Amino acid sequence: MGNVIEIAGLVKKFGATTALDHLDLEVSTGEVHGFLGPNGAGKSTTIRVLLGLLRADAGTATLLGGDPWREAAALHRRLAYVPGDVNLWPNLTGGEVIDLLGRLRGGLDEKRRADLLDRFELDPTKKGRTYSKGNRQKVALVAALASDVELLMLDEPTSGLDPIMESVFQSCIDEFRDEGRSVLLSSHILAEVERLCDRVSIIRAGRIVESGTLADLRHLTRTAVSAQLAADPHGLDSLVGLHGLVVEGRRVEFEVDSARLGDALARLGEFGILTLTSQPPTLEELFLRHYGDEVDTSEPEDEADS
Amino acid sequence: MRAVTGAGILFRTFLRRDLLTVLWWTIGVTVLYWSQAVSVDGLYATQAEFDKAAASMEQNAAFIAMAGPARALNTTGGQVAWQATAFGAVLVGLMSMFLVGRHTRVEEETGRDELVRSGAIGRHAPMTAALAVTLLANAVVGLVTSGALLGYGLPAAGSWAIGLGLFLVGACFTGVALVAAQLTQGARAMYGIVGAVIGTAYALRAIGDVAENGLSWLSPIGWYQAMRPYADESWWPSLLLLAGFAVSVLASYVVFGRRDVGSGVWAARPGPARAGRDLRSGLGLAWRLHRGSLWGWSLGLFLGGLGYGSIGDDVGDLLGDSDTTREVLAAGAADLVDGFYGAAGVMLALIAGGYAVSASLRARGEEDSGRVESLLATGLSRTTWFVGHSLIAVLGTVVVVLASGVGLGLGYAAVTGEWDRFAHVAVAPVSAGAGALVLIGLTVLLVGLVPRWATAAWLGLGFCVVVMMFGPLLKLPDWLVDVSPFSHLALVPAESFAAGPYAAVLAVGAALLAAGVVALRRRDVH
Repeated sequence: MGNVIEIAGLVKKFGATTALDHLDLEVSTGEVHGFLGPNGAGKSTTIRVLLGLLRADAGTATLLGGDPWREAAALHRRLAYVPGDVNLWPNLTGGEVIDLLGRLRGGLDEKRRADLLDRFELDPTKKGRTYSKGNRQKVALVAALASDVELLMLDEPTSGLDPIMESVFQSCIDEFRDEGRSVLLSSHILAEVERLCDRVSIIRAGRIVESGTLADLRHLTRTAVSAQLAADPHGLDSLVGLHGLVVEGRRVEFEVDSARLGDALARLGEFGILTLTSQPPTLEELFLRHYGDEVDTSEPEDEADS
Repeated sequence: MRAVTGAGILFRTFLRRDLLTVLWWTIGVTVLYWSQAVSVDGLYATQAEFDKAAASMEQNAAFIAMAGPARALNTTGGQVAWQATAFGAVLVGLMSMFLVGRHTRVEEETGRDELVRSGAIGRHAPMTAALAVTLLANAVVGLVTSGALLGYGLPAAGSWAIGLGLFLVGACFTGVALVAAQLTQGARAMYGIVGAVIGTAYALRAIGDVAENGLSWLSPIGWYQAMRPYADESWWPSLLLLAGFAVSVLASYVVFGRRDVGSGVWAARPGPARAGRDLRSGLGLAWRLHRGSLWGWSLGLFLGGLGYGSIGDDVGDLLGDSDTTREVLAAGAADLVDGFYGAAGVMLALIAGGYAVSASLRARGEEDSGRVESLLATGLSRTTWFVGHSLIAVLGTVVVVLASGVGLGLGYAAVTGEWDRFAHVAVAPVSAGAGALVLIGLTVLLVGLVPRWATAAWLGLGFCVVVMMFGPLLKLPDWLVDVSPFSHLALVPAESFAAGPYAAVLAVGAALLAAGVVALRRRDVH
């Protein structure tokens, strides 16, 4: 199990603004890796460096074992990319674009092409200018998924899809992973990441602030607990990692660091638990913990989005 | 009136968007008419010279086909009406087409129209506002043109006929554009239809004017010229223009009432579901993107060459005995005819330079629109991609230059019957064409080095045009004139072809191009 993507200390500046500030990222073979962050955090810039479109100012990036800048074309035959904002040639039909991109990647799987067109309900005979945003995205998705590649790089690929198409997309990604292949999925749709990803990296202001499996990350968060006890509790406030403790007679409510959940429940057990509800942390809470409280206005703009 | 609720607001919004555009069109059309008056008065020193030149022009069928029926050609006004009205009518036609298109079909295509219509807007309001703005633009063009000609001192009745006719012929094409906007779903197809109507109108009057068989009466441009500005004006043909306007506008409103917003009467045709064999490489795609404009430019320059060529040996009569004319139009050459074709060769090569710049900028357009990202994320390397576009720009420029040369030679040989002189005349643009290749190098270098400023390449072309057309008149310093590659190339056929400078100019172009490719390999793409 090697890594399909390895980035260490990556720096990318656009004039005076720093888009990527010593970014580290690892995506291992066979995993779907969620790349989470709000607009402008540097997701697209990272992907463009990996695609050899942008040149890094410092740090190293390895893609499929090669140098993304110098070996771009050769590496690209082994991956497929779906941009967040798909622009098509106004005079080319969707079918022509799918074939063109597939051929430039070294051929596509005819059977899968037909199957994907069917599943995404895409009409390949329409001209590029007449497609809606969602349909343009489908064209890029079909082109990418119909190619026989090792790695998919998807930059917010579902922002224009309806819920039905989103679930088609999700099952396609599942199938892709089941064949042992890897995906880097940049997104800010947390439900999608929770549903699809094995591991997640959260980017903020050009740096990775959190990285790991969803279970790892949940470990870092708090679980909300409320319980009805058989006896009056005492000494709960001496527990490590407990927050916002409210005791009303035999009713208690608190939040506890997920790593300390076991200790807290063991203590509650001493008083006899009648009812218990616990709310596991969601990715959303995790996300908000990094972004919600403090709004950092000096965040660099992702210039590559322009 | 509920159908046009909100038209006033839209009218003001459109007006704000169009102000600058209309200003440029107005300046362009006015200068077209006014400059004819200035140049005619500068060309002939005496009325006798003028009469002689006019008599020879009246006999030239090619001139009549290009411009219109020859009337009162020995007067300044007559010359203005003859040389400017056909092109002026085409220009206001194009202006009307673009104005109507941008406020109707383009808005529907981009979906902005839907947003507007969700407001308190009557069903016919956007169309009515577009019609009003376009009519206003045509009125402004007509008024300013009349004013300029009156100001120049031409007779009042003729000057007013010129302006009124311009306004009405513009209104007529506005109606045509409105009808076309109902037919197709795409704006480009709509422009195609209106362009074809304008082209047909021009061709009908060309045939009609030469053959005098009445075909001109089927053309709005013919109706405009039938108003006989500066040649015993006749006002009733303006009623034909008015009728054409009324009928077409009425038709467009009726059709609009029967179609869905966002679609055309003609359903959008589906395209191929699979890519053909051509779309297999970066070069294949580049060719697909370039070919339409290449055929357009080739045809245009071929016809331009044909036009110059068809003047034939009449150059002497056309220029008269004036020294100024000889200096300007024949580069002061000893053999007047060869001198004229040498100058024509440079003119055609400069126009080919327009193709060279626009074709070289296409790669940047692909980058700017974000489409190149998907391409470069495949096995296509950025060098292959960029070299492909540049290669087509180079070969396309060669084709365009050759087309103009073939047109020039054909026109000349057909009029004079001297087929053995075909090649002698046809090579004129080929010599000067090397300069266009330097413009490709310049553009490619800018795209590679400073992509955001790549459109500055047009300034390079502008500079060459100023130097070549007005260099002697402006008395520019030699070093500045030498910056233009065109200055170093032999004025074939007036001068004999000089291989040394030709090769040197080509080498400079190739060096710039190579530098541009190297620069692009090293920079960010976004």
